[in-house]
Amino acid sequence: MKYLPLLLANLTRRKVRTILTVGSFAVALFLFGLLYTIRASFNQGIEAAGADRLVVINKVSLIQPLPLAYRDRIQRTPGIKEVTYANWFGGVYQDEKNFFAQFAVDHSTWRAMYPEFLLSEKEWSDFSASRTACIAGEFTAKRFGWKVGDRIPVRGVIYPGAWEFDLVGIYKGARPQDDTSQFWFRWDYLQENGPPWTKGYVGWYVARMNAGEDMAALASKLDESFANSTWETRTQSEQFFMASFVKQMGNIEFLMVTIGSVVFFTLLLVTGNSMAMSVRERTGELAVLKAVGFTDTFVLGLVMTESLLIAVVGGGLGILAAKAFTVFGGDPTGGLLPVFYLSMVGIVSGLVATVLVGVAAGLLPALSARRLQVVQAFRRL
Amino acid sequence: MALPLVYNIESVRTRWRTTIVAVLGIAGSVGVFIAMLALAFGFKAALVSSGSKDNAMIRRAGATSEMDSVVTLEDVRALEDAQEVARGSSGPLVSPEMVVVANLPLKATGTDANVQVRGVSPRALEVHRGVKLIEGEFFKPSMFQLVVGKYAVKTYAGMGLGRTLRFGGSDWTIVGVMDTGGSAFDSEIWCDSNLLAPVYQRPLNIFQSATVRLTSESALGPLQDRAKGDPRLQVQVERETAYYEKASSMLTNLILGLGTLVATIMGVGAVFAALNTMYAAVAERSREIATIRALGFSETAVIVAFLFEALLIAAAGGVIGCIGALPLNGITTGTMNFQTFSHMSFAFRVTPGLLGFGMIFALLMGVLGGLPPAWRASRLPITVALRDL
Repeated sequence: MKYLPLLLANLTRRKVRTILTVGSFAVALFLFGLLYTIRASFNQGIEAAGADRLVVINKVSLIQPLPLAYRDRIQRTPGIKEVTYANWFGGVYQDEKNFFAQFAVDHSTWRAMYPEFLLSEKEWSDFSASRTACIAGEFTAKRFGWKVGDRIPVRGVIYPGAWEFDLVGIYKGARPQDDTSQFWFRWDYLQENGPPWTKGYVGWYVARMNAGEDMAALASKLDESFANSTWETRTQSEQFFMASFVKQMGNIEFLMVTIGSVVFFTLLLVTGNSMAMSVRERTGELAVLKAVGFTDTFVLGLVMTESLLIAVVGGGLGILAAKAFTVFGGDPTGGLLPVFYLSMVGIVSGLVATVLVGVAAGLLPALSARRLQVVQAFRRL
Repeated sequence: MALPLVYNIESVRTRWRTTIVAVLGIAGSVGVFIAMLALAFGFKAALVSSGSKDNAMIRRAGATSEMDSVVTLEDVRALEDAQEVARGSSGPLVSPEMVVVANLPLKATGTDANVQVRGVSPRALEVHRGVKLIEGEFFKPSMFQLVVGKYAVKTYAGMGLGRTLRFGGSDWTIVGVMDTGGSAFDSEIWCDSNLLAPVYQRPLNIFQSATVRLTSESALGPLQDRAKGDPRLQVQVERETAYYEKASSMLTNLILGLGTLVATIMGVGAVFAALNTMYAAVAERSREIATIRALGFSETAVIVAFLFEALLIAAAGGVIGCIGALPLNGITTGTMNFQTFSHMSFAFRVTPGLLGFGMIFALLMGVLGGLPPAWRASRLPITVALRDL
């Protein structure tokens, strides 16, 4: 600690260079935080998926419906605890650009299936009390400035017509990775007002299994029981179902890792270079330190500490700025990435990477400072 | 009088270590910038090239994509005899198409993908003129046969000429592979719409869209007026290219938005690296600069010289970035287009325009990173700097 003034004096001797190097770290870590967040928001569905939930869809494709009669058969299957169902509505609110997921849900079973979506007792009872009721997630309600009591007009596309819903509740997510962009209204309302070909059919089922069941075995048992019918099913864990969406988006992981590596490699060069410059400039001073009795290891430590200090200050600022960006700025795409959240894991991995780059960048200049021969250094003066 | 350029070129060469840092910083930003744009434009180009300017697409009024549209045979009949519709050997060139998705596993990951399946009639080939068969033949009507796109063969498991695909409770034989020049059709599976409808539990003669070959590009307006004036019809008529452009907008904007954000932040970092290099160059050469000024070169000459040096570094970075991004051109990748709810392959497109854009981006970073140090160089007090000698 008593060498702190020396350290600070070294750092402030070329203020512009120190600021620029710290700035490079800040920029890189800001970018790291952002990439991490983007990646997480693409993977959000997988991370938020319930470990004990199964999704049952039509084997042909998700766009094909399943008969409502399957509800009881799924419910009766040993190992299944509860079941709910929903339909994709796919309507347009004001403009096609205002996309958000709209589901017609079974109000009596939806709540128990998704305990991660938080609503008050009153909001749930209001949803059950009125057929035209709807519930929106916090993200979507904020995006369009909706308040409870508002009447929300949605133009039906798959289910043509002008639909109107009364907003009775705004749900929050129990965890930061929960998607709060959904919009739910009542499935029985859709049945009453939808075209005749939709009557008696649901989009998909979600079932919860009892604790300790073998999910893969249960899934194939369900599919076997509906095999060779007109409506064959495909049952997957919710996690796998979500993963198939994410995998279709393309290799986002690869893209992020590539960009991240380019950034960190460049950063290594920038810091290494400026540390090398400052050691070269101070050859004389370092030689004096050694001449008055400081050890080689001390000089090595001095240069390393300087490099680390720059890294940690810059990296810390950058990752904090990234966190602030996700909290206050939010989704930069205007509604396409509803879950835009930088997790603690992301922050910590960013800081670890910072320290590693700081050490790696300082190592070569620090070693050359350690090797410095007093006699030779003085001869150059 | 201006300083000779060779002065700066030599100076860059002498301090190659610090120069490389700045060059690589700029190269990285330019590379990422071009790669993201090539991704976005490649995606858009693939969709837009599916359409043709003298084709019109008919969908239900208000439908957002082909998937959620319904067009009946009556709608098609009401429009096919219009004078704006071109005629072929077997009558009006109208292709009513059923568009659905099938669950098929991706080769790369084994997870399911939403593959677009298009039920058509043989007349579709006369309407979509970009479709060429590269292997096998077109399906025969009323046979459970499939024609698959060239990307579909590569992307989804179990594809290939002669192989059998099971979906919707029927076995389908793949009899042909089509190449549509990298358009969205290359990721699709085509079959007879009359067989596809029962598989998807749908009544016959209900389609998602109808594509019409127009007599000329300008025939679109009159056809739109005709559709609007017909009280029986609840349809929208669009130019086919306009439909595909709209269907690409959401994802294109997403990639462009995120790509620009990432490239800009990287650009700021690269400017920092350039500033660092150039400030160091100025600091190391303060005596040199003072000497030059003492010899009678003006402040402007010094600014120009140092700015030129920064631009030299930036240009080198830009060229390396462009060369680094160039191999991406033509590489195919896939994504889910949520506007059509289906998976689609497309190729990165690194165009000369994009490369030019990347160079402009590089030079911009050079100016931002070079101007402040150049300014400082020109302001060095001559007497103080020379006294250091």
